[in-house]
Amino acid sequence: MTLRRHFPLLNQPGPRIAYLDSGATAQTPDIVLDAVRVFETGARANVKRGVHRLAEAATEAYAKARTQVAAYLSVPAEEIVFTSGCTGAINLVAQSFGALLKPGDEIAVSELEHHSNIVPWHMLAARNGVKVNFLPVDGEGRIVPQALSPRTKLVSLAHVSNVTGAVLDVPAIVSEAKRVGARVLLDGAQRTPHGPVDIPALGVDFYAFSGHKAFAPHGVGVLWARSELLDAMPPFLGGGEMIASVTMQGFTPANAPAKFEAGTPPISGAIGLGAACEWLGTLDWAAIAAHELRLTGRLLDGLRAVDGVTVIGPQSLQGRAPVVSFDLAGAHPHDICQIMDRHGVALRGGHHCAQPLHAKFDLAGTTRASFALYCEDDDIDLFFAGLADAKRVLT
Amino acid sequence: MNDALYHDALMALSKDRTHAAALPPGTGVTVDNPLCGDRVTFDGKLEKGIARDIRHKVRGCALCQASAAALARVLDGKPARAALADAQAAVESVLAGGSAPAPWDAFAPVARHKSRHDCVKLPFSAVKSLFSGT
Repeated sequence: MTLRRHFPLLNQPGPRIAYLDSGATAQTPDIVLDAVRVFETGARANVKRGVHRLAEAATEAYAKARTQVAAYLSVPAEEIVFTSGCTGAINLVAQSFGALLKPGDEIAVSELEHHSNIVPWHMLAARNGVKVNFLPVDGEGRIVPQALSPRTKLVSLAHVSNVTGAVLDVPAIVSEAKRVGARVLLDGAQRTPHGPVDIPALGVDFYAFSGHKAFAPHGVGVLWARSELLDAMPPFLGGGEMIASVTMQGFTPANAPAKFEAGTPPISGAIGLGAACEWLGTLDWAAIAAHELRLTGRLLDGLRAVDGVTVIGPQSLQGRAPVVSFDLAGAHPHDICQIMDRHGVALRGGHHCAQPLHAKFDLAGTTRASFALYCEDDDIDLFFAGLADAKRVLT
Repeated sequence: MNDALYHDALMALSKDRTHAAALPPGTGVTVDNPLCGDRVTFDGKLEKGIARDIRHKVRGCALCQASAAALARVLDGKPARAALADAQAAVESVLAGGSAPAPWDAFAPVARHKSRHDCVKLPFSAVKSLFSGT
């Protein structure tokens, strides 16, 4: 694999950076940086309303970005809503779809969700009396599909766990949700960096992800929803650009997706995300998936050989993404990460915004290595050199 | 950069179980660091202003463990208000890059790791709450 050469931050002079924190923020390739620079230096203006040439160019670039993202997800462009991130997208659903729910209706999430897919539902429950149910997670950190209550209106789950790396059994979830007439939202933050997503094949109703985990700038994300849902849902934020008309007596919202994009959107970020999606769509994902899986296998095998290490997640490569969290007995994740940094290894330690999952496993936190397409065997070598040092110092 | 952080004196403090105890839930005062999930519980009593039976339970990193051990050590059997004030001044000095007496001098390398300052400060929050209003 030679994709690392496209990422300037990873090719600076000096000691190698073994960047294994892509699950938090992925690095950005030249093609994305170039797209943002072209916009910022040649077309920077606000979108939709201006008639001068820069505004026209900005509007065209923003519309192109929507088309590029839509192509990556195999959906129509008018069903793509740009948001501030994955958190913003899920909150939009909690507010707008949530406004259609009644007290006593139920939402199903799981024990392994990121807080961004738990807290908005707790807030909705406090606001209008819906009930939040939690699907259980098994000992390998996989969501266990279960019979849903007939009052369930939405099932909102991580497509890939940001802690365990487990890939959701989407067909089982969608089948059960359809049985009770519930909609399905997938948090795709940890899935979208690993290849195009065929949303129609998944059969879900909402899909959310963030740009910065998919090689794009920070501050932009995406909500995809079926057009009939976008049409039925009331807007969440009010302001400019989201209206058809405004009078002293009230307002009429614009059609989707504008209805959900009040104010100036993250134009530059969206253009960067569009470029990222287009670039990702040109890559050989069979080869990349095999590469990422091989690295994940190497990491799992190596971790199993270290005394005191417990991998929190699937022990095999079956149904797993390149996200590996582990506990080292007697060592705190932050101390491990601090010592690994000395070896040039960037990891994430803590609860990864998934406190319920860590509480289930009776852990305050874990240490996480998360791969992207630019990771190589040298990164794994540095990882194990650092881990040996951390173990020597801390245990 | 991290070479000096986990030096022998600091690691010895972090492994000092002199005042560590398996405190049952509801004992003493518990504080959390919401960013990392670390949790510190301190328990003890005041007898005529003297801190007695100081015990702690820490679910946290080596820096947090070391800070809790150091704080318990300098408090137990001492005038609580003055000992806590002295410890607070010492830790603020050392985290700002200044000098401090033992055992706080062990934390000198933490000064340049600002993201870890809260690890050292968390036990202080617990002790302040424990003795607040007394």
